[in-house]
Amino acid sequence: MNADPHDLLGAFAQALRNPTLPAPPGLRCWNGSDPAHRLAVHRNTMLLSLTRALGETFPVLQRALGADGFAALARAFIAVHPPRSPVLAAYGDELPAFLAAAPAAARRPWLPDLARLEQLRVLACNAADALPLPDETIPAQLAQPAALPGARLRLHPSLAVCSSEHAVVSLWLAWQDGEGNAALSTAGEAAVVLRDGDDVLVLKVPAHAASCVQALAAGATLELAAQAAATVATTTDAAPGAQHWTLADTLALLIRHHAIVGWQPGAVPA
Amino acid sequence: MVAGGPLLAQLARVRAGCALSLHGVGLSIGGSEPLDTLHLQRLAQLQERWQPRWFSEHLAWSSHGGNCFNDLLPLPYDDASLARVCRHIEQLQDHLRRRVLLENPATYLQFEQSTWSEAAFLSTVVQRTGCGLLLDVSNAFVSAVNHGSDAAAFIAALPAEAIEEIHLAGFAEDQDAAAARLLIDTHGAPVHTDVWQLYAHTLQWLGPRPTLIERDNNVPAFDALLAEAALARAHLQACGPAPAA
Repeated sequence: MNADPHDLLGAFAQALRNPTLPAPPGLRCWNGSDPAHRLAVHRNTMLLSLTRALGETFPVLQRALGADGFAALARAFIAVHPPRSPVLAAYGDELPAFLAAAPAAARRPWLPDLARLEQLRVLACNAADALPLPDETIPAQLAQPAALPGARLRLHPSLAVCSSEHAVVSLWLAWQDGEGNAALSTAGEAAVVLRDGDDVLVLKVPAHAASCVQALAAGATLELAAQAAATVATTTDAAPGAQHWTLADTLALLIRHHAIVGWQPGAVPA
Repeated sequence: MVAGGPLLAQLARVRAGCALSLHGVGLSIGGSEPLDTLHLQRLAQLQERWQPRWFSEHLAWSSHGGNCFNDLLPLPYDDASLARVCRHIEQLQDHLRRRVLLENPATYLQFEQSTWSEAAFLSTVVQRTGCGLLLDVSNAFVSAVNHGSDAAAFIAALPAEAIEEIHLAGFAEDQDAAAARLLIDTHGAPVHTDVWQLYAHTLQWLGPRPTLIERDNNVPAFDALLAEAALARAHLQACGPAPAA
């Protein structure tokens, strides 16, 4: 009579996830050596491969924490949030929130938002493809001013907005070609993250432009998106030049990066 | 398994000039739980879109109780496992409406309740399900060293006509608790001389088979990879003409 393999593999799985557990019964080594040593190979492979997967999604976080610090974070994260899907492209969804509660974030409160920015880059990289509107479409729409306030845009599936109370965009940029030692402002920052062709871009924008893009992405009309921007502009944004940023600048940014994939004109009043 | 972007664009460029071999690592065919139907659907969509010439998975399990381990884990080779693996392969072949290839694993542990040799287990799966085999010569070598057995004898006991693809890879050297040699399948080193020898020996018996060198860690300069690929090609040419497609 065979032992129940469900229990056998279940015990194996438990031992894999919990290094304090002994090797499950029923394992054998040809030379009579302790199976626990060989089981540790699997624990190690699992941990290293998942840590590597997280490192590919969060490379700047890895550099900011250092290899050891990141490995410790990954180990703690994997223990609480093991992958629930065999598709690892999106593994690490919960890492920014997990990081917010981790000791590292008490000293460096900008780390969770930095991780969110990196996560948006991966999502942008793997998002669905969509063709930008043909070149002649947008000027034709802009030539009908009466239809503009009620117009709604469909933005590229890769587009997302990252807003932070910290200077995470400058920080992320500083890590691209240096050691992240740029003198950082204490003001909050925002970015539009999108894929233009094969390139994933992080475009730093004033906070009110970010609100405008966010509103457009959520399906707001141009008029409402402009109002969303105006609310932010008067309250928080102190970045130089920010006050001169207009709805036209936001549209120009989206057009330049082929981010407008649909345009539904507003109803023209009779 | 992403929606769009440069990864798929690169694959499309490869597909335009080459036949594809899709190689799964996440279906957990050797697991004790039912197959993940969502993952089966993803595989079917992938096949539909890319029309690969071959599709392969592993004789291993990688998920249990809703958790995924991202590692290929060993299973007992007994009658119950055999019946379950055959059922899973049949389900996969029905779902994809094609013959799939099953790869022999690199293992570090054995189970007391195993009653089949790995070669006999694989041969019986082939016989019962009509699936083919992907022979990983490095895995055969790694497992033989790790279990004190003979890799060439393992390979010779497989049904030659079922083997449609070959994999080669590098491993890391370790020691077990009794200080015996323990090889770890890392895909992080050049193919070992002993594995090249086993490959040459295998090709003499089998004739040429499409061969992939797996390298996903410590990837060296492209020239070094090309040199390894050239070596594989030389072995393939030395063993005679390719079978008619």
